[in-house]
Amino acid sequence: MHSVFFAAAAISVVIGFGIVAALGGNALSFLTKIQLGSLVSEGWFPRRGQFDMLTVFAGSMMVTAIAMTVAAPLGLGAAIYLSEYAGRRSRRRLKPVVEILASVPSVVMGFFALQVINPGFVQSVLGATSTFTVMAAGVGVGILTIPLVASVAEDAMHSVPGALREAAYGIGARRRTVTMKVVFPAAVSGIFAALILGISRAIGETMVVALAAGGTGGSLRSFNPLQPGQTMTTAISSLAIGSDQVRGADQAFNSLYFIGLNLFVITLLLNVASERLVRRLRRHHR
Amino acid sequence: MKDLAGESIARQTVAFRLRGRTVDVWGKVLQAAFLLALLLSMGLLLILLVSVTVDAWPVLSSRGASFLGSDTSSIASRTGVRQGLTGSLILVGFVAVAALPLGVGAAVYLQEYARDTRLNRALITNIRNLAGVPSIVYGILGLVVFVKALRAVTGPGSNLGKSYISGGLTLAVLVMPFVIIVTMEALRAVPTSIREAAYGVGATRWEVVRSHVLPYAAPGIFTGAILALARAFGETAPLLLVGAVTGYLNTGSAGFLGTLQGPYTALPTQIYRWSSLPGADWEANAAAAIVVLLVAILLVNASAIWLRTRYERNW
Repeated sequence: MHSVFFAAAAISVVIGFGIVAALGGNALSFLTKIQLGSLVSEGWFPRRGQFDMLTVFAGSMMVTAIAMTVAAPLGLGAAIYLSEYAGRRSRRRLKPVVEILASVPSVVMGFFALQVINPGFVQSVLGATSTFTVMAAGVGVGILTIPLVASVAEDAMHSVPGALREAAYGIGARRRTVTMKVVFPAAVSGIFAALILGISRAIGETMVVALAAGGTGGSLRSFNPLQPGQTMTTAISSLAIGSDQVRGADQAFNSLYFIGLNLFVITLLLNVASERLVRRLRRHHR
Repeated sequence: MKDLAGESIARQTVAFRLRGRTVDVWGKVLQAAFLLALLLSMGLLLILLVSVTVDAWPVLSSRGASFLGSDTSSIASRTGVRQGLTGSLILVGFVAVAALPLGVGAAVYLQEYARDTRLNRALITNIRNLAGVPSIVYGILGLVVFVKALRAVTGPGSNLGKSYISGGLTLAVLVMPFVIIVTMEALRAVPTSIREAAYGVGATRWEVVRSHVLPYAAPGIFTGAILALARAFGETAPLLLVGAVTGYLNTGSAGFLGTLQGPYTALPTQIYRWSSLPGADWEANAAAAIVVLLVAILLVNASAIWLRTRYERNW
């Protein structure tokens, strides 16, 4: 049985190599076939041979920044409450609700961002006029990221030994002092890990942005979140959907491998960083 | 954190004696802010559910049964989710057959058989990293490997490799790291003493795993498996890359293998298509399809989470 189980585990290595090979090989052949100058142009218009990477990077950064503005305070606040304030019984009841929020599919959040967040918040409060905005997509991605941030941060704070809290209470500290000056600093690397994982998740999110931010086909370089926009992920998905109807410039379709490689490397670096932080936390409290 | 209630009463009494009658206003404000963050997160879920149901009501109330039973159509008042739902169930079936046994097997190796060598640590790191790869990147992998390279097997017909097999395998690859991680956690929670007792009466390693470790870890593995299948059910972006049909789909009588190698669609990609079509009719259709998707996913997930809390053991 040993070798059967080993073979199953080895498949994960095949998958890892498969991703690197599929992205790397095709991205390299894309780079050798285009003029490298077209990676910096006035916008992302793959069918016209304009592959401005800054356009899609900027879109991803805007969506991620907006998403974390929503997810960081709500996720961390919920985590602190669950770990430090909620009694054992209400914690057992509340945590599953947060987990259910995590199981909402991204396409559903995309619909919600397009039909509710954009008209109900971005247009009426922030005064945007477009049906599709980067802001609505960012808020939607943020809501989707809350449970991830909350559960990783809650794990980190819950793993802080009770003895630390008791020692602080023993010298007369109030609960808020214990929470903010003892538990929070002790769990800080885990909390950073939660935020980094949230950022990585937000960068990789596709469907919310595809539905709520518009930007199919191409878009000019823009840094205005109240306008439609494009991210790395939606640039990939719109190329994939459009491939059947239009076969524009030769290398338009192949640009998705290059963006995919960039996306993979960025999220991998973030995930490795967050993994290191969690490990440091674990070593610290052993 | 044992005896939280007792500890907090003792603490309050001591704090009260030391401080007199002062109330920690900032502490209360802070506590209220944290509670507000939690309630707001859950309130957003509620708003989402209510608004989608309200949007879907015209369709569900006037033609709920025919919406469930109709094929996809380009006419808003005639379209339905039957094909999308069947498609998604076939895809999830693929994931169950391909990803669950492999994922559980890999986890058993890493947790029960593997020694703490550099190679095995690298395997675990690799799996953790795979779990964090964005789903659309798995779509690219599926496009390159299953749709293009293995076209002769996955879809030799006119659909050029864009088949149930390609879509199902892509989703299987996507959820496998998640299955491994969850299963490893469930196995790790089984106390060593149970293994030692079995070894002590002369059981082989495989006997220990099969009749002691796996049965005790079963609730955890089962919950993880359900969550993985639910995730595959709602996944959209990779299916767009491996070519799920979003419009009209002609399902002929192609036989078992012919169907699996033929063109396919799925509920989430239908939702994506309908959400991006203009007009209130399509908005209502999209919302109604979302209600169908959410009912399936939330019911399954809630029961999985309930199962876990019910059968969770504290050794």
